Amino acid sequence: MKTLAKTLAFCAATLLPLMAQAAEPIRIGSVLSVSGPAAFLGDPEAKTLEMYVAQINKQGGVLGREVKLVHYDDGGDASKANGFAKRLIDDDKVDFLVGGTTSGSTMSMVPLAEKAGIPFISLAGAVVIVEPVKKWVFKTPHSDRMAAEKVFVDMQKRGITKVALLSETSGFGQSGKKETEAVAAKYGITLVANETYGPKDTDMGPQLTKIKNTPGVQAVFVFGLGQGPAIVTKNYRQLGIDLPLYQSHGVASDEFLKLAGPAAEGVRLPSPAQIIGDKLPADDPQKPVVTAYNAAYKAAYNESTSTFGGYAYDGLMLMVQAVTAAGSTDRAKVRDALEATKGHVGVSGTFTMSPTDHMGLDLSSFRMLEVKNGDWALLP
Amino acid sequence: MRDPRHLGLAVLAAVLAVLPFVLPNSFYLDLAIRMAINAIVVLGLNLLIGFAGQISFGHAGFLGIGAYASAVLPTHYGVHPMLALGAGAAAAGALAAAVSYPIFKLKGHYLAMATLGLGIILNIAFRNEAALTGGPDGMPVPSLELFSFTLSSDRDWYWVVAALLVVSVWASLNLIDSPFGRALRALHGSEVASKVVGVDIARYKMAIFVMSAVFASIMGSITAHYVGFVTPTVSEFFHSIELVTMVVVGGMASVFGSLVGAVLLTALPQILATFEGWETVAFGAILILFMIVLPRGLVPTLAARLGKGG
Amino acid sequence: MLTEFFQYLFSGITVGATYAMAALGFTLIYNASNVINFAQGEFIMLGGMLAVLFTQAGLPLPVAVLLAVVVPTLVGVLVEKSVIEPVKGADTVNIIIITIGASLVIRGLVQVTLGKNARALPAFSGEAPVTLLGAVLPSQSLWVIGVTALVVAGLWFFFNRTMGGKAMLATAINRTAAQLVGINTAWVLTLSFALSAGLGALGGVLVTPITLTAYDAGIMLGLKGFVAAVVGGLGNGMGALVGGLLVGVLEAMGAGYLSSAYKDAVPFVLILLILFFMPRGLFSAKTTERV
Repeated sequence: MKTLAKTLAFCAATLLPLMAQAAEPIRIGSVLSVSGPAAFLGDPEAKTLEMYVAQINKQGGVLGREVKLVHYDDGGDASKANGFAKRLIDDDKVDFLVGGTTSGSTMSMVPLAEKAGIPFISLAGAVVIVEPVKKWVFKTPHSDRMAAEKVFVDMQKRGITKVALLSETSGFGQSGKKETEAVAAKYGITLVANETYGPKDTDMGPQLTKIKNTPGVQAVFVFGLGQGPAIVTKNYRQLGIDLPLYQSHGVASDEFLKLAGPAAEGVRLPSPAQIIGDKLPADDPQKPVVTAYNAAYKAAYNESTSTFGGYAYDGLMLMVQAVTAAGSTDRAKVRDALEATKGHVGVSGTFTMSPTDHMGLDLSSFRMLEVKNGDWALLP
Repeated sequence: MRDPRHLGLAVLAAVLAVLPFVLPNSFYLDLAIRMAINAIVVLGLNLLIGFAGQISFGHAGFLGIGAYASAVLPTHYGVHPMLALGAGAAAAGALAAAVSYPIFKLKGHYLAMATLGLGIILNIAFRNEAALTGGPDGMPVPSLELFSFTLSSDRDWYWVVAALLVVSVWASLNLIDSPFGRALRALHGSEVASKVVGVDIARYKMAIFVMSAVFASIMGSITAHYVGFVTPTVSEFFHSIELVTMVVVGGMASVFGSLVGAVLLTALPQILATFEGWETVAFGAILILFMIVLPRGLVPTLAARLGKGG
Repeated sequence: MLTEFFQYLFSGITVGATYAMAALGFTLIYNASNVINFAQGEFIMLGGMLAVLFTQAGLPLPVAVLLAVVVPTLVGVLVEKSVIEPVKGADTVNIIIITIGASLVIRGLVQVTLGKNARALPAFSGEAPVTLLGAVLPSQSLWVIGVTALVVAGLWFFFNRTMGGKAMLATAINRTAAQLVGINTAWVLTLSFALSAGLGALGGVLVTPITLTAYDAGIMLGLKGFVAAVVGGLGNGMGALVGGLLVGVLEAMGAGYLSSAYKDAVPFVLILLILFFMPRGLFSAKTTERV
């Protein structure tokens, strides 16, 4: 919010005189998975974008120009995302792209953005989006590798070395599985069991039974999104497994507490500061941004916020900030401004981009949480 | 019989030739390419549904075989894309033959059930073999070289796909008028009757099913190269349903019905895209409406009306 | 070792009971009309979603459950009256597409009105699990299995001991003959939609405390139910029950002993094997070929 305020102040001071010319609106194009299997990610993203674009316009727009959001729903289908991205670039003539809910959708849009030379901020998690670095592509979400690393750091502290991994067969889960396998050794962790479940599975008892009977398991790490991890958590308690249970940042929302109920007690997970805005220490630089976002979203939609909406907020604000810094909508200039982002405090963390890092978050942007008494508690 | 159909072919060729010059921008060109690709798949599927009277709920699986052959073989094994396209088509054909051989000895809609199973198994395989296919997130596809010419611009693609479409329509028309086609039509009339006149039902049904699977696989390869990216959604059950819907909406056993069905149902999601959340309801309602009002499909119903009028 | 086996078995039977309810729904409608109703899964979803909605609105559980079964039943009747009856006698493909259209409309309406988030329903008799033969299962499993058994018994009684049931059976065997002896076959079709929608919804309500539910939960459940119906021999009630349980148990065993990544493929491999080697299903149904 601070950034937004600063941005707007800057606009007001320098560019208000230009507004009289009724300039062309700045067009931001977005393809999100508002329906389909990734709907619970895309839905808050779309709502967040709509809400803040309206707010920006109410406060005078960017560079004195109105911001126009052109948004399509790919239904979680990457090939549709590709088609809609073409439509945005060629037909709607958007200036920038903010979107791509799933890594698959994002990756299908990347070649188009690169070819057209259009700044593109993705809202998807996979490391491949920004590694290797692509000239025009940036992303806001924490990568799955960071989530695995954060979890392993916590496990190290507890002296855990033998871990069972249970991952979802969704894009999110499989990318997470790959990264988890890749970084495990670095933290002295051996994956003694490696199971999967489908995103629409209704019973993970068999997989958990197999894990329960694997000798030497000290902890279980679940990598998934949405309702699957909640069912895993319930099954886990029912089967009476009393090993530490870790989840990924994919379930970092109050929704998870609601779905898993008392079974969630004791679950640990890495999460952006966003879902514990009210519990952050007062001197945390993210606190004002996070609480303002949470309050605004709650007021507008009467739903609790999720980290995914936060990613969209950061994507939009990074773009706005870059446009403001560049002083124009010139694509190359905005791209350079994005890459030069330094210390931008967002909902998901503090972003500092560089020519070799187009995500700009480090491990400190994740907080380790534990579920205590049906609520999130910040671990030291 | 021959004349109106070949007139249709000429009109199609003319429309396709003019289209790129009147479309406002490359988004519409892109839409036209996707329509043409779907139309070719639907042509093959319509031969199966309309003439052999058999439903396939797994055609997206064959599309997936082609698409992934074109993605995986060149990327991981250095196979030439054209060769990969051929390998995919051969694999799809072989699989179709293997599955349908025992099925076509039976009567009834068993192919629908078998292809439903087959399509979903293929989809699960594409999803799970992440080391090869990139898993649910999919993988990029290298560009297609025709001899020493690399297809890249939308316009190049348009001409290739348009030419393929004209050839496919021409081939389908000829096939229907051939002795083979007459045998097929006999099939749809009555199995017992065609058996009496000596048509080997199982063999004909199998041939047509294999052919439509090969059509689908080739177009899967083309789509993959054109989009430059492939994900398991290409082979999803719902995509198979969409293809069958295109056949029925356009008109079963109608070559031009296939085109109309493909064009309408490819455009529909784009038109509904602005409906914000109501797309699913609208799409479902339109399907139902079509089936109630035009049960025989758009083209045959209109043709009958015109015939009566004139 | 044995504990593990029982764990997989009970997991499988619980899930399988849901598949069986869905498969019975497919069978009822197929028998009455030769239609494969691809909207079956949506009734399962509706049952679950409405149960959550009504309990959250403060209704006591039994009332919420009852309403969550009655409303989808009415939706089933509405679907039959409004879009299936007008096209009686149309091609099978056409009717299949209509049912797919209906499923899209139902799913879309739920998505727009109730949102896309997953919903949870508290277990009917507490969250404490039950231990049986060394295996642990949620107490809700007993509800699922018990009610499925009651439903099957009820259906058996209905079809063998009541006029309505016998009329439905007669229609399934020979529609024309049934009409000739004065059976109202249109009424039979409506009844079959009502019954199968109600059954699906009941299954959905029962299983939601274990599985959670969401607007798109019906797709996979519907497909698995269809597979179960085919495995059992489409059109055979006993077959639907056994098919459902078999698919559920094989899936759980597949996840436990083989590969959890390919467990979803198990039912579909099964469908191919059955079609290749026992094309009439495990319990052969009567087939007639018209000349």
